[in-house]
Amino acid sequence: METTLLARHAQPFASRREFLGTAGAATLALAPLPAFADSTIRLPLPGGPDERSITTAFPEKGALILQRTRPPLLETPFEVFDGSVFTPNDRFYVRWHWALVPTQVDITTFRLTVHGHVNQNLSLTLDDLRALPGVELAAINQCSGNSRGYFQPRVPGAQWSHGAMGNARWTGVRLMDVLDHAGVKAGAVQVRFNGMDEPVVPDAPDFMKSLAIDHVRDGEVMLAYGMNGAQLPLLNGFPLRLIVPGWYSTYWVKMLNDIEVLDRPDNNFWMATAYTIPDTPHASVRPGETGFKSVPISRMVPRSFITNIKAGDTLTLGASTLARGIAFGGDSGVSRVDFSSDGGKSWQQTELGKDEGKYSFRQWQTRFVVPSRGSQVLMVRCTSTSGETQPATPYWNPSGFMLNVIEQTPVVAA
Amino acid sequence: MLRQGLPLMFIAVSALSALAAHAEDRLLLKSVNVDLPIGDRMFEGPGSDVANNNCLACHSAGMVLFQPALSQAQWHAEVEKMRTAYKAPIDPKDVDTIVAYLVSIRGAK
Repeated sequence: METTLLARHAQPFASRREFLGTAGAATLALAPLPAFADSTIRLPLPGGPDERSITTAFPEKGALILQRTRPPLLETPFEVFDGSVFTPNDRFYVRWHWALVPTQVDITTFRLTVHGHVNQNLSLTLDDLRALPGVELAAINQCSGNSRGYFQPRVPGAQWSHGAMGNARWTGVRLMDVLDHAGVKAGAVQVRFNGMDEPVVPDAPDFMKSLAIDHVRDGEVMLAYGMNGAQLPLLNGFPLRLIVPGWYSTYWVKMLNDIEVLDRPDNNFWMATAYTIPDTPHASVRPGETGFKSVPISRMVPRSFITNIKAGDTLTLGASTLARGIAFGGDSGVSRVDFSSDGGKSWQQTELGKDEGKYSFRQWQTRFVVPSRGSQVLMVRCTSTSGETQPATPYWNPSGFMLNVIEQTPVVAA
Repeated sequence: MLRQGLPLMFIAVSALSALAAHAEDRLLLKSVNVDLPIGDRMFEGPGSDVANNNCLACHSAGMVLFQPALSQAQWHAEVEKMRTAYKAPIDPKDVDTIVAYLVSIRGAK
């Protein structure tokens, strides 16, 4: 069976024109509202717009929040995170940069190419990869711009609530094992990763990301063909995805089919311009500030959420109430999670659930009694094993990256 | 080297295929062939033609319509980013018209 990918590589320009033609024709005839909108949800983004559709129109996917149809941006509804520390594959969020996402992938013709500053180029089948020692790791995949919609002042970009993240058990092989077979030459600086997606406009920058050679040597960076015990959904990167534990998802290249070892720093658009953060403490600057140096985004920071109580819920005064949720340390584990039922005046340490590894969500829970009648604000705060904790007031940067302020859940005690 | 090991590996794989019990604890991968929705949401209202004609080839309208109210300068920067960084084939003389439309639908007061 021939894949569309191979067909497109044979005739890239014809296929691009065909795609443009299809999109253009579609715009003439169709109704203004998505025909597949099953229901709507309100995301409490300050100043709005706050209404989104819930969609079930995407393959291998259940109900997700529709942020954009093409290229797909699909958010995990927050209630999913109350179910398990592992996010089901069919509810796992989706984010693509370019619209030419291959819709057919044939596992018999798929090849991963390894080339560049190596002793020997490789062209590997999935079975070749799976002959290497297998590894499994629980790790959170979080978009750099997760929760961007809560930045104030607001910033342009995908207006996510908190669901541009997920946690999975990834099955695959160590990147270093693959690179060792190719033989990395002395003088290698970075390793660049490219997937099968392509821009619609031919000279637009192909989406590629790079990691320092010392980072990929740490043995934790993986190539995953399994996600929570199944193959990856196509929209999450089938058949192979780079796993960069503790780092933002921008590096987790989907449909990975090309690895290039570089003897120079990668200055491509997606490293040098996009996905950069201020080189300041906490990547924070004042709104409107200019002239700061920028560096590529990298490791994640601690976050925590209440998952069983929603903003606006009514709690029974004087009753013992269960609060539970999830937390993560970023690029280290969860040391402790503290909970406040009085808007941050006092804190109580919560009980942590099973440790699935330092890169995983960790469940926490505690019981509390709402202190007084009327409006209260619940808060939860994670401290990582490296001693980093969430800030009480948000950091700000113009791209809306790395939000990790202590979340507030307003409730009413009655 | 892996490449030199390939013929051996293929032999090993065919031998294993007979051992069903062993195959069960191995994740079975299957080829995928799916359809993705194209996105039918359009820009509407006065001046929307220029946005529909220039923007929808590369992306559907939803994410644009979900933007917060942005200033004229912010919308201009977004359109210029599409044109220069993402190589959208937008005629430079259309930029101000597109920006004016975006300000009219999602402009900061």
